[in-house]
Amino acid sequence: MSALCPECEATITLTNVMQGEIVVCPDCGVDLEVTAVEPAVALALAPQEAEDWGE
Amino acid sequence: MSRLKASIVGASGYTGGELLRLLLFHPQVEVAQATSESKAGEYVYQHHPNLRKRTQLQFVSQAALQPCDVLFLALPHGETQKKIERYLQLAPKIVDLSADFRLRDAALYRRWYGEEHAAPQYLGQFVYGLPELQREAMRTARYISGVGCNATASNLALLPLVRAGLLDTARPVIVDVKTGSSEGGASVNPGSHHPEKSHSVRAYAPTGHRHTAEVIQELGLRDVHLSMTAVDLVRGVLAAAHAFVKPGTTEKDLWKAFRAAYNAEPFVRIVKDRAGLHRVPDPKILAGSNYADVGFDLDAESGRVVALAAIDNLMKGASGSAVQAMNLMSGFEETAGLEFPGLHPV
Repeated sequence: MSALCPECEATITLTNVMQGEIVVCPDCGVDLEVTAVEPAVALALAPQEAEDWGE
Repeated sequence: MSRLKASIVGASGYTGGELLRLLLFHPQVEVAQATSESKAGEYVYQHHPNLRKRTQLQFVSQAALQPCDVLFLALPHGETQKKIERYLQLAPKIVDLSADFRLRDAALYRRWYGEEHAAPQYLGQFVYGLPELQREAMRTARYISGVGCNATASNLALLPLVRAGLLDTARPVIVDVKTGSSEGGASVNPGSHHPEKSHSVRAYAPTGHRHTAEVIQELGLRDVHLSMTAVDLVRGVLAAAHAFVKPGTTEKDLWKAFRAAYNAEPFVRIVKDRAGLHRVPDPKILAGSNYADVGFDLDAESGRVVALAAIDNLMKGASGSAVQAMNLMSGFEETAGLEFPGLHPV
């Protein structure tokens, strides 16, 4: 099964994923949460920390 | 299978040294001769110490040059054009790393280099050697001009936006280019003296840099401006091109444009990660490799896009690109002799 990354629209191939699982987009490296597996896999951006340069 | 016999004119400089490093390990090339007027008779490894125990080649004078299959010209700007007719007699294929045959219009040499071209009749015979733009022409070319390192970083950053027609061309494109010291070549000058150079961030050409002409020529942009700053690196170029996109352009449009331009390119990688340490292109991890890393960011509110490209100036910006050009014009695998990443950490 495959789904589009909501960040960069890369096609991501997924196997045996479960709802709630975190996967990583191979193109843009964003963390994605599997929000549904039936009838099709759905992905949403998972919270991520921004880069902190301390300024 | 017999190997292609390659010679290098001006082999004692940094680009000449990189050509030797690449060609000595190329599976289909034999290095025949390497010239240096000031170092004739000396061993190559005495000036390129990384090649010790790899070659016993000695520099020869240009007067001793023999015919070969492909001639690489790695001379300072202005030297090649004065002797081009002799070089054309020595080899059926030529790759010139200098700026002498990059521009198609002789008037541009007056405009950007401040002098008349010595052999303008040959300008039209050279193909500009950036495969991402001129691959098909390079395959059938006999003479290829190498690329400017700063122009290459700028061209690769902007190419996807130009091809996809996403730029608002009514507004200028400003390319802020940060460069390493090896761009200045192997000759010393007061600015390269260690106490002066070390830890400095020097805007040495805020306007009017010569490589701007190559960006105008190759991308067809009229209102594009390069601004150069030397930073405390030995190798590396980072170009950050600031431009504005047409209204309604989204980040996903930019992703599509960059993928369309580069997914099939063997030496260009899109670097735009949301996580981890390496989220944007950085020349540090490209040292010694022929890869170019590109990326982008969009301020959706203002429509300002920052397109980034990082390269090793001596590799994708000069000698690596020249070997890629030789591969294309010789019918070799385009990646032959170049398939290795940079060092990490370095």
